Amino acid sequence: MKIIVLMKQVPNTTNMLIDKEKGTLIRTGVESIMNPDDTNALETALQIKEKNGAHVIVMTMGPTQAEEMLRECYARGADECVLISDKAFAGSDTWATSNTLSAAIKRYNPDLICAGRQAIDGDTAQVGPQIAERLNIPQITYVSQLMDINEQSITVKKEYEEYTEILESSLPCLITTLDPTNPLRLMNVTDTWNAYTKPITVLTNTDLQLDLSLIGLNGSPTQVRKTFTRSVSGEITLIKDSGHEAVNSIISALSPYLN
Amino acid sequence: MNKDIFVWIELRHNKVQDVSLQLLSEANHLQAQYKVKGYDFDVVGIITGFQTHDVHADCFKYGADKLIVCEDIKLQEASTQHTSKAIVDIVHEFKPDSLLIGASVIGRDIAPRVAARLNTGLTADATQIEVDETANSTLLLVTRPAFGGNLFGTIVCPNTRPQMATIRPNVFEKRELNKASNTIIEFKTSFDSIDQVKLIKQEPKLNHSIDISKARIIVSAGRSMAKHMDLIREVAEELGAEVGASRGLVETGSITKEHQVGQTGKTVRPLVYIACGISGAVQHTAGMDKAECIIAINNDPNASIFQIAHIGIVGDAVTILPQLKEELLKLKA
Amino acid sequence: MDNRHLLLKKSYKQFTDCYVKPIAHAIDEEERFPIETCERMKSLKMYGIPYPVEYGGSGADTLAYVLAVEELSKACGTTGVILSAHTSLGAYPIYAFGTEEQKQKYLIPMNKGEKLGAFGLTEPNAGTDAAGQKTIAILKDNYYEISGSKIFITNAGYADIYIIFAMTDPSKGTKGITAFILEKDMPGFTIGKKEKKLGIRGSSTCELIFDKVKVPVENRLGQEGMGFRIAMATLDGGRIGIAAQALGIAQGALEEVINYTKNRKQFNQSISQFQNTQFKIADMATQIEAARCLVYKAAHAKDTQKNFSQEAAMAKLFASETAMNVTTQAVQLFGGYGYTREYPVERMMRDAKITEIYEGTSEVQRMVISASVLR
Repeated sequence: MKIIVLMKQVPNTTNMLIDKEKGTLIRTGVESIMNPDDTNALETALQIKEKNGAHVIVMTMGPTQAEEMLRECYARGADECVLISDKAFAGSDTWATSNTLSAAIKRYNPDLICAGRQAIDGDTAQVGPQIAERLNIPQITYVSQLMDINEQSITVKKEYEEYTEILESSLPCLITTLDPTNPLRLMNVTDTWNAYTKPITVLTNTDLQLDLSLIGLNGSPTQVRKTFTRSVSGEITLIKDSGHEAVNSIISALSPYLN
Repeated sequence: MNKDIFVWIELRHNKVQDVSLQLLSEANHLQAQYKVKGYDFDVVGIITGFQTHDVHADCFKYGADKLIVCEDIKLQEASTQHTSKAIVDIVHEFKPDSLLIGASVIGRDIAPRVAARLNTGLTADATQIEVDETANSTLLLVTRPAFGGNLFGTIVCPNTRPQMATIRPNVFEKRELNKASNTIIEFKTSFDSIDQVKLIKQEPKLNHSIDISKARIIVSAGRSMAKHMDLIREVAEELGAEVGASRGLVETGSITKEHQVGQTGKTVRPLVYIACGISGAVQHTAGMDKAECIIAINNDPNASIFQIAHIGIVGDAVTILPQLKEELLKLKA
Repeated sequence: MDNRHLLLKKSYKQFTDCYVKPIAHAIDEEERFPIETCERMKSLKMYGIPYPVEYGGSGADTLAYVLAVEELSKACGTTGVILSAHTSLGAYPIYAFGTEEQKQKYLIPMNKGEKLGAFGLTEPNAGTDAAGQKTIAILKDNYYEISGSKIFITNAGYADIYIIFAMTDPSKGTKGITAFILEKDMPGFTIGKKEKKLGIRGSSTCELIFDKVKVPVENRLGQEGMGFRIAMATLDGGRIGIAAQALGIAQGALEEVINYTKNRKQFNQSISQFQNTQFKIADMATQIEAARCLVYKAAHAKDTQKNFSQEAAMAKLFASETAMNVTTQAVQLFGGYGYTREYPVERMMRDAKITEIYEGTSEVQRMVISASVLR
């Protein structure tokens, strides 16, 4: 069985700070991490490999810095790693990204594609389903657990807001996984020692041969008009008290809502 | 020529999801903005389902001018495969200018697939949508958070139609608009005979009896209140309120995840939100900053929560809450 | 050190932060051997780091192994020595001196973490004077009958495989000592008293008792009379493991000190702003760095040189004394809090002390170094 795991290296946005004066994100000193939802995707693939045997290919679209992440995937037992990188892909929205990734995936003809539900920088959750559409294969999103897999089908648990469903899909199929119900295993010594001896296949647009109208900024139907941070309001009057004054001000604010 | 604002009406077991009604109401704001620019757009609800007659009235009540109803046994419950086919076929037939879908688990599953098939742009989790006043077109300005809520972006879809966006529940309000029209257009199309994905079983989640997103008043606590949850619960009880929590508090184990408010928890829109010992990090405030009255109690005068609070109290919640409870009891008496 | 070592270091740190650090205090308080950590080290293939892949190891170098012991020891000296005793003392003799059959039967499962190893040389009357072995092994037909006892054996009670030294010919002195591979359930082989120790309290240190234990001839390691040579060669490598443990303990203590002194305020400032504190920390950091150079150099020497006794002895001597200095200083810098068991530095100080004693006391190291230098 051939499995492709789609992963993204992202800045650790949970620790990010805002430059209040400039209204921009402070990106220096923010470490790059594996996107949390994607770690479940990788762990799922590695578990299938352990149980049933499978060839696990990790694929990422990003700058050359993403190679570090791929080495860490080798250190956990991935069989092959692919980096899709080209200046032409810069500025891609989810549509253009899914075009690019789909073209790369087609070269491998996988039985299963595991992706994370969404990335903590873009937060869109669109790339997975859009790849499934491009490849014309079924998708199951919001997967929390793998129940079973064989040559023909996959059975998973999907998380809705108030209930869960057990769903079965034919293969090939794309699933998007949630963090952190399936924590990613740590790097083991043997695979870590060999992580730098394995090759990383780099695919550029010369390899993928995508029309420029389908990729990068030009290939993106959505564009960013502007970005801004949450505005900091002006002077705020605060009541500095833990006694009557505080309690009375709370009661008066509440009174219109109490019946 | 593309025209009209379409809203996909999400049904689960033939019940309309609130988010769809919220979108219908919001679409009426856009309709008004378009009118000023000289575009006469209708708000059109797309219903995909089976024997959906009972839901039509609510759609008109909350702002639809027209409904396009596509019924088939295959659409009985939303499915990626069949529902997206229905929506895509409707879009091809009716050519809307924009299509809004609620960002529920189902909406976020179907919308990207539909957008890809239509070769159009989709903006996820919008928190604000406006018609672009400056453009000489029907362009929408769609604002959404990124980088974990630290940054906001205004996204546009200039060259393709329909302009698509998903919107989270409770970002907009549903309003009874009681539109005069009750036009229903029936739409029929064909579906694949083979289902790619089969439902084996559906199970409710355990411990899910609490839905804080429906509360009028929420008393919410941060990590520092972990050992004082009794004070929080007592005040909440006096107010008939639900208890909310920051992610930090949930992580201490003093309260379960159903109570979590914020980016990775629920978005709530109560009348009153009382934040006790909550610092106000964006990941939390993104889930509650639309509350009508925000009361914040925190020892730290520099806490970011004070930037969005209507009433800010720099004080000790542990001291204040028992006194508040006393006062509330006195009022009842 | 190359990319592979850096990535390994990262992996060891993630493992330590996740599984070792959270229980380090408890296993010391309870004097509990951390079996669950041993299981986890097995699944991450941490037991056979420097041994060849064909014998179930990872095929990495000595530095890769040293980094593991160092990283574990930063959080927990006990866990560091469990790995070190197993890898350097338990597995090495079989790797270097065993027959192919012995390697297949014992080395492979040890490298895979399926069986834990231990090394039994020390006796009540034979410590630094290792040659004074009283445990005897009498050859009878196709087996040896071993009787006697060992003390202060690390991993005892949890280990499956024990490298045991016994006198086959008392008249020959050191040349009459032979090495054997014993398995834990061999009849007559029992675990005796468990020591209550000052430090590495989670480590299982026990007496071994041999009452006419029948050990098959196939389990003799090397030839009769080779035992002392095997023991010395093994201890040479083991020293590097202990040096790594000491280095880790020292580094762990320094990191605690840095964190504490930045946060602790007295006289309206962080105590890290006082020059006395700064100078102490500078000295500690420099001494640790010097120890690190010696330890890594010894690791490299083991892989590239025939004789690395001097490098190993220097590394162990200096690193263990560094650990003792740094941890004592750390307790001082923590003040009253450092003396309580709530803060980790007193445990680190107690753990550091043994590194100056076992696998050759600092006095022995000085003997080895001077012998080499004065050659």
